[in-house]
Amino acid sequence: MQQSLVKEGGAPLDAVILLAFTCLGALGALLATAFSADPLFRFHGYVFLIAFIVAAGVLTVGISSGRFRGDPKSYEDGVIRAGVIATMFWGVVGMLVGVVIAAQLSFPRIFYFPEFGWLNFGRLRPLHTSGVIFAFGGNALIATSFYVVQRTCRARLAGGLAGWFVFWGYQLFIVLAATGYLLGVTQGQEYAEPEWYIDLWLTVVWVAYLLVFLGTIWKRKEPHIYVANWFYLAFIVTIAMLHIVNNLALPVGLLNHRSYSLFAGVQNALTQWWYGHNAVGFFLTAGFLAIMYYFVPKRAERPVYSYRLSIVHFWALIFIYIWAGPHHLHYTALPMWTQTLGATFSIMLWMPSWGGMINGLMTLSGAWDKLRTDPVMRMLVVSIAFYGMSTFEGPMMSIREVNALSHYTDWTIGHVHSGALGWVGFVTFGAMYCLVPWLWKKDRLYSDRLVEWHFWIATTGILLYITAMWVSGIMEGLMWREYTPQGFLANSFVETVSAKHVENIVRTIGGLMYLTGALIMSYNLWRTIRMPSTSKEDSAAALPAMAVAS
Amino acid sequence: MWKHHAKLERHSLLLIIGILIVVAIGGLVEITPLFYLESTIEKVDGMRPYTPLELAGRDIYIREGCYLCHSQMIRPLRDEVERYGHYSLAAESMYDHPFQWGSKRTGPDLARVGGKYSDAWHKDHLINPRSVVPESVMPPYAFLAKKDLDYSDIQAKVATMTKVGVPYTQSEINNAKADLEAQADPFDAGGTALKKRYGDKVAQRDFDGNPDKISEMDALIAYLQMLGTLVDFKTYKADAPENLR
Amino acid sequence: MSPRETDDVSGVETTGHEWDGIRELDNPLPRWWLWTFYACIVVAIVYWVLMPAWPGLHGYTHGTLKMSDRAQVVRDLDALKTQRSAEGAQLRNASLEQIEADPKLQAYALAVGQSIFGDNCATCHGTGGTGGKGYPNLRDDVWLWGGTPEDIQHTITVGVRSDHPDARFSQMPAFGKDQLLPAEQINDLTEYVVALSHRPANAGAVGRAAPIFQANCAICHGPEGKGDPTKGAPNLTDKDWLYGADRADIHGQIWNGRGGVMPSWQKRFDPETIKALAVYIHANAAGQ
Ligand code: HEC
Ligand code: HEC
Ligand code: HEC
Ligand code: HEM
Ligand code: HEM
Ligand SMILES: [Ca+2]
Ligand SMILES: [Ca+2]
Ligand SMILES: [Cu+2]
Repeated sequence: MQQSLVKEGGAPLDAVILLAFTCLGALGALLATAFSADPLFRFHGYVFLIAFIVAAGVLTVGISSGRFRGDPKSYEDGVIRAGVIATMFWGVVGMLVGVVIAAQLSFPRIFYFPEFGWLNFGRLRPLHTSGVIFAFGGNALIATSFYVVQRTCRARLAGGLAGWFVFWGYQLFIVLAATGYLLGVTQGQEYAEPEWYIDLWLTVVWVAYLLVFLGTIWKRKEPHIYVANWFYLAFIVTIAMLHIVNNLALPVGLLNHRSYSLFAGVQNALTQWWYGHNAVGFFLTAGFLAIMYYFVPKRAERPVYSYRLSIVHFWALIFIYIWAGPHHLHYTALPMWTQTLGATFSIMLWMPSWGGMINGLMTLSGAWDKLRTDPVMRMLVVSIAFYGMSTFEGPMMSIREVNALSHYTDWTIGHVHSGALGWVGFVTFGAMYCLVPWLWKKDRLYSDRLVEWHFWIATTGILLYITAMWVSGIMEGLMWREYTPQGFLANSFVETVSAKHVENIVRTIGGLMYLTGALIMSYNLWRTIRMPSTSKEDSAAALPAMAVAS
Repeated sequence: MWKHHAKLERHSLLLIIGILIVVAIGGLVEITPLFYLESTIEKVDGMRPYTPLELAGRDIYIREGCYLCHSQMIRPLRDEVERYGHYSLAAESMYDHPFQWGSKRTGPDLARVGGKYSDAWHKDHLINPRSVVPESVMPPYAFLAKKDLDYSDIQAKVATMTKVGVPYTQSEINNAKADLEAQADPFDAGGTALKKRYGDKVAQRDFDGNPDKISEMDALIAYLQMLGTLVDFKTYKADAPENLR
Repeated sequence: MSPRETDDVSGVETTGHEWDGIRELDNPLPRWWLWTFYACIVVAIVYWVLMPAWPGLHGYTHGTLKMSDRAQVVRDLDALKTQRSAEGAQLRNASLEQIEADPKLQAYALAVGQSIFGDNCATCHGTGGTGGKGYPNLRDDVWLWGGTPEDIQHTITVGVRSDHPDARFSQMPAFGKDQLLPAEQINDLTEYVVALSHRPANAGAVGRAAPIFQANCAICHGPEGKGDPTKGAPNLTDKDWLYGADRADIHGQIWNGRGGVMPSWQKRFDPETIKALAVYIHANAAGQ
């Protein structure tokens, strides 16, 4: 009954390989730490060292006590449970930092601390963006993808402990990146800030992730691959490509934290926004569409609206998205022909994006009443609505004449957060509300009332946030270009800074409400986990009709 | 047609290869021409690599995340040209690894801030922006003036820049440390050699007004004071067809 | 694989696939969706024809409109110049007195000045032009370098201790830092300067400092401490202080002899703009 990887009675091979890997890693980290003259590099050497030693210890104990022998007849859900917890934890951290930087822009005299330079806006902002995108969003994607791929393939997660390696390796990446930002370790390219050795580590983890995911698909008992998995696959493969190319850099020394990008100037600008835009397209869109494609039909208990639409919008979306990066560089020194391509492909991207929205919303036909009775369903549906809204706004902002006004302003920030809070955040919350009772074998959430509270507080928060940013963004854009009747600039720059004060405060309040919602949710989930289990044997974790010992 | 798609749904490798092909095209068509089309970067006079002190200052600019609030890219729009100066050229960031164009203007564009203010103003402003601009929301950077600049690896940094394509000469690499020290001290005899290597326009001053040390403030202000001052716009042919785009 | 069957609610066939209880309907592509998609593609193609768009091996398609942002902005700026040209030419040809005497021209100069001041001068001299520590107040009637429109114009053009070759350059020595005077004498001089500004001070110190002041300071600040605008030396007998009125501030100045820098604006602005600024500063200052 053992997996083929496991020798009869002996230690599981995957655990042994992992143990060897962590021991080697610890040795490498020790050497790097010992010989580096660079304090920041040495600090991260210690972080690696501690992580590897702890991992090696846990593995040794686990192997000798005979754990780690996965039951091939059930799904691997432990790592998903960990993923759900990590998602909520990093979500709260990332949003808290968001509230702090929002407060800094509102009340700079109160929220800046001259003695603590590492709490300055410029260091906290990457902590916020990476925290919410990569830590919160990334954990949500990894956890849900592991859940979805197992269920829709009717196969246990491939690679034994590899799933756990992906999980913990990814947390290590987050810790390295986050501590790095605070200490001043950064490459200076938005969303790709981690330095070269952190990038390399992420590459290792990401390849393992791809293999685990693909391996599970290879083991599948269903003839067809479900559409959610197309999206997950596109997300994993494309992010690998983007990450590797955009982070090509030469370290100043093998024991030095600093590196310099291989590309410069215009070329660097375009690789960066090819990366940056498609981090939106494949991380924040394709990945979360995968979540939608599983959780919405599952929760609504309705079939997906249109298989043909799935096919067309999937291929159109991934093909067209890649081209749209130059819309981040309108009117810059990037040659204009590139900008034209960026603008036109963004416009063509509108309908492929909405294909996902249609498929999601129309899946509810016949189940619309659930919007009234099930607040989790409502959260999922509102997320789709925000997705539709930001993918309409995006193509509009890609038109050069519109972008001339919106670029560099808070309008972009409003657009970002209607996508980030409304779409990414809500679809994740919806999925987590579904997952916790399923994973911890409860028949319901601790409190639906609290979900209602979460929903309304967070929705109001989003509306405050994005309307404030639209107002301030369009206002500052107009103020910058305003002329007096004599033909001279009407406003100085600082006048536009003070003009945004009220909007900044409103944004902070909106963010605080959104954070409050996430805290309510964490409490609700925690209480759900602590409820007595309904130990029905046919619950989700059992592998229905899975052939034994493949 | 729909039936053919079933193949991709049943063979994960086909699906993956399909995805890879589809997502590779856009980048290839848009990015590669920037490396071979001559028109991408204008021909200008005056561009030079950063002096070691400016390079160190630029690293601090990156470390502190200034690029998250400040752009360095003046767009060819009349209000921007009037407010900040001549629109930015591609040539002006051709030695920027990485580029620092930015995407958000919480603070003003800095592409041509060099020479606009005095060193002392920059120091006052960085230590506490609200002491000179009461409405400012910029963070305070008082610690920069207190911290000694760590330039132990400056030569390695210059050498690395050379490897990624910045045309430093061998003597510029070898003298990186001496050049850095010379630039931060107006009385340093190395100034002549520094100016021979990087040009007469290089500013040799005690940027932070504290002769006792070369602080991080020295480096950052040296970098800020150079921004946008390199290209000689007297010889640049803004209306030549190859520069219009 | 389950057989194709008809969904009860919608009456549409399913595709016959099923994953973990999820099935798919075989709905066709929504018409409006498809046509809007096609329309977007057509828009894109039209755009490609008109604008620079597709790269080749040696160049790129320039588009039938021959659009260029860089050419456009030059045209826009030229249009601005035309809009301003009548008054601009008058500004150029008129003397500062003539500008101030002609209300229409003066109003125009004030508008120009105000527009430029915000982004370039207010950063140092304050939003209202009222200055700050080390940065003179431009709204009062106290001038370091003279307060006639010509003086102001000259200050703006060449700056003070700037990198301009004709910059106004006199600078107060750092009597303490450079050990030109012993520390006790500087303490005494501090009291002396306090006394100059009609405030109570230690009489003994003032007495001791009097000859030292005459020997070291009077060349710039004048024997009575009333200052000298040709040297930029402030009047020490009034209530206006560039670096602060406290004993510590005064002591600090004698010790360090700061000497702030006012940049030269000749390279950034054309002469008309500088004229307009001078008129603007002069008009908004009290007196003179
Ligand atoms: C929170 C956003 C923020 C960050 C981070 C920030 N700044 Fe600023 N900066 C501003 C704002 C707002 C202004 C305009 C008000 C003022 O002059 O202080 C400004 C103004 C400036 C100016 C004056 C520009 C001009 O033309 O008037 C300089 C120079 C500057 N910042 C440099 C820096 C440097 C260097 C860093 C990093 C060490 C930095 N800033 C980080 C917001 C920021
Ligand atoms: C970098 C900061 C800075 C900026 C920017 C600046 N100034 Fe000044 N300005 C100074 C300082 C410092 C002084 C005093 C110099 C001294 O100590 O003698 C000064 C002096 C002056 C004076 C002479 C005052 C007197 O009492 O004689 C005038 C007039 C003036 N500035 C006008 C302007 C105008 C107009 C602008 C914008 C175009 C401007 N300044 C921009 C720093 C600045
Ligand atoms: C070479 C000319 C020169 C000499 C000699 C000189 N000063 Fe000054 N002093 C100046 C100038 C110029 C300033 C204005 C500083 C600036 O513009 O930054 C100044 C400023 C001051 C101030 C600050 C005034 C304020 O408004 O805050 C004091 C106090 C002062 N001087 C005292 C003295 C004393 C006492 C001596 C002699 C020991 C002295 N000075 C000698 C040129 C001189
Ligand atoms: C069809 C889809 C979309 C298009 C065409 C689009 C287009 C744009 C445009 C034009 C900008 C402004 C660039 C600038 O001026 O600097 C932008 C910024 C941004 N968008 Fe979208 N958008 C789309 C969907 C989304 C979605 C769904 C999200 C989800 C979260 C999102 C996240 C972002 C982010 C994070 C930025 C800011 C990038 C930065 O400057 O740091 N976008 N987008
Ligand atoms: C509590 C909720 C949140 C608050 C208060 C908040 C606040 C902020 C603030 C103040 C900024 C800086 C804007 C600027 O530079 O002007 C920012 C940037 C950003 N935030 Fe958030 N945020 C929140 C949640 C999120 C979430 C959940 C996501 C993503 C899933 C997200 C993604 C981003 C991104 C991508 C940027 C960078 C935008 C750009 O560069 O254009 N935020 N946020
Ligand atoms: Ca990176
Ligand atoms: Ca110094
Ligand atoms: Cu984009």
